[in-house]
Amino acid sequence: MVKNKGTTPLAFDEMINADSSPRQPYSTYHQWYASQDRNRLIAKSKEAENIFRKTGITFAVYGHADSSEKLIPFDLIPRIISGREWRRLAQGIEQRVIALNAFLDDIYHKQEIIRAGRIPRELIEKNDAFLPQMIGFRPPGGVYTHIVGTDIVRTGEDQFYVLEDNARTPSGVSYMLENRETMMQMFPELFHENRVRPVENYPYLLRQSLSSLAPPGCTGKPRVAVLTPGIYNSAFYEHAFLADMMGVELVEGSDLRVIDGKVKMRTTRGYEAIDVLYRRVDDDFLDPLTFRPDSALGIPGIMDVYRAGNITIANAPGTGISDDKAIYSYMPEIVEFYTGRKPLLENVPTWRCSEPQSLKYVLEHLEELVVKEVHGSGGYGMLVGPTANKRERAAFAEKLKERPGNYIAQPTLSLSTVPILVNKGIAPRHVDLRPYVLVSDKVQIIPGGLTRVALKEGSLVVNSSQGGGTKDTWVLED
Amino acid sequence: MLGRTANGLYWMFRYIERAENGARLIDAGLRMSLTRSASTEGDWDGVLQSAGVRELYDEVHDTLTSADAIDFLLRDRANPSSVMSCIEAGRHNARMVRTALTRETWEATNECWIEMRALLAKKARPADMPEIIDAIKRRAGLIRGAFHGTMLRNEIFNFSRIGTFIERADNTARILDVKYYVLLPAVSAVGSSMDNVQWESILRSVSAHRAYGWVYDAELRPANIADFLISNGRMPRSLAYCYEKIVSNLGYLAREYGERHAAHETAEQTLESLRNRSIDDIMDQGLHEYLEEFISHNNRLGQEITDGYRFYH
Repeated sequence: MVKNKGTTPLAFDEMINADSSPRQPYSTYHQWYASQDRNRLIAKSKEAENIFRKTGITFAVYGHADSSEKLIPFDLIPRIISGREWRRLAQGIEQRVIALNAFLDDIYHKQEIIRAGRIPRELIEKNDAFLPQMIGFRPPGGVYTHIVGTDIVRTGEDQFYVLEDNARTPSGVSYMLENRETMMQMFPELFHENRVRPVENYPYLLRQSLSSLAPPGCTGKPRVAVLTPGIYNSAFYEHAFLADMMGVELVEGSDLRVIDGKVKMRTTRGYEAIDVLYRRVDDDFLDPLTFRPDSALGIPGIMDVYRAGNITIANAPGTGISDDKAIYSYMPEIVEFYTGRKPLLENVPTWRCSEPQSLKYVLEHLEELVVKEVHGSGGYGMLVGPTANKRERAAFAEKLKERPGNYIAQPTLSLSTVPILVNKGIAPRHVDLRPYVLVSDKVQIIPGGLTRVALKEGSLVVNSSQGGGTKDTWVLED
Repeated sequence: MLGRTANGLYWMFRYIERAENGARLIDAGLRMSLTRSASTEGDWDGVLQSAGVRELYDEVHDTLTSADAIDFLLRDRANPSSVMSCIEAGRHNARMVRTALTRETWEATNECWIEMRALLAKKARPADMPEIIDAIKRRAGLIRGAFHGTMLRNEIFNFSRIGTFIERADNTARILDVKYYVLLPAVSAVGSSMDNVQWESILRSVSAHRAYGWVYDAELRPANIADFLISNGRMPRSLAYCYEKIVSNLGYLAREYGERHAAHETAEQTLESLRNRSIDDIMDQGLHEYLEEFISHNNRLGQEITDGYRFYH
């Protein structure tokens, strides 16, 4: 008999119904789990940790020493999504990703959405993520954001929200792949009993997708490379992993140079041209001649090569304007404007405090809202209403009234839970989901993704930097 | 391949080779101190010299004791050639060139680092030494096994092998050079137990004390020992063997790239001379001079490879 201990009464649990029966997608797994010896599972859990450590799937805590390499905790109970649920999600994600690319093309060309009065001009033009260097330039194939990681949360049986559109350089896909690999190594029987859709071909699809968008000047087989900030970057493992799995070069800025209008890498035979660069370096650092002059991570002059149509950069510079927090609240309008249809996936309701009506509402409901700075990140300058005390709320209200345009507010969502393995059995923990999307002449959504899980009871923070873990994510064939 | 990747592979394998040879040197030193009744500090002096860190040792320590010497050779981070420093540097390079390695080779290297870091976290007690030496050799063997069993025989393989053999040739030449005087006919009173210990320790530091007996008589003779370590093409740590491997790997690169560099010339000449000069001739001309020149040529070859194949880091 499996019991979920300490369930938050309000949260929707994806595995266990209120009457303690398993939800349908989990029924086969649940049966298997009930027949397992708990000590064996705990031993397997340690085994998984050893697999990750030996493989070197670590993220660096910034600083030098190798001893600071950390593991992201892996929980061996999978997060399972039915085929029906997935189809709905996938349609919504596809619609959103198409809209993102159309929006980017419009913003860097005619700006019709601004002329139509659907979003304010200053929101774009005063935004740091908007790159004037991209105005009037169309990347190969017209694709701006090639790789997208759409963050999704669930609050009920049919209630999904998009929390963030990561259209710049979304990370974490190596965990999706390694989690699956580890699960198949440890519990092969589960994959006989459940029909789980494969995610393993992601590197192949990524390479194919990148190659298909080679610049027009490229004849023959396109040469693809992954650009990493280097061995001390927190996601270096992932960069190396992807380059390895795709069978392409892993390069740093210092390996590359602009010669004769091409981006070339220093090889043992001399300089050789690169056609497609999957860069995991931020816009700011990409080209010291165009952006930050102090960047040692980039390639001086690469933007000229790019604009001359001699290299494809994925994702394109300037895509950040589409996943900015200030833009987020306009996503329903954006989706409708470019696809002509209502969004299939919901946005988290967002009050823009710049609008007097909204400001009034936010000030009246501070104790139930999360208020964020439009340009803030990493949880700074933010108020979590339900956990703040009266004085903190009052102080924040003053700041809000002073500069309302600087803030947005959202309700605190009750994220769904999936059980994790704990010493006494299983216990529910809040999760989110990041599926990965590849855009070329078509949109491909990998059936699965990265499930992040808050390991602390009751916590809603799933970030790995704050002690979050990950789970293998199954999409079933049905 | 990136010049940085080729450089990383070359150094990864140099460091792993150096770590393993370091363990052998310590092993030989320990063995010597077991077969002696008198003080053994003089032996550790020789071991530190063979490792090329005698002067560095004096910068860190005031006196020479066997405990300090072992720690310095084994795990002192102040010594860039200590076993632990080498394993760390090898693994760091491996991580950088991760995409050029098979999963097995990378994991063997990473696991070597994980185990040795735990095993060498604290100063080793004499009683733990056999286990530690054994673990280093075993881990290095696992890396070698994974490498040979899984890597494609392409330029990646060639650069790795060249790194291994440049390092090994250097190590063998150094071991011989530090002890060359015990091999000189004038000094050695043939058959004395003192000489036997010294000679055996030379063979032991290249793991060749058993193999020697298969090739030569069971009796240890200086000229045979020198011949074994310098000219015998079947002895995997001899200079001749190392250079056969260097020449053949450089040859594969020349064929694949369709170009030759100064390094090819240098390596082939060295191999020629290793094949053609008799050991008596070398001994007559001066073993020490011969080895000194060899070490300097070997270094030059390393530099020529670095230049020819556009290494950088």
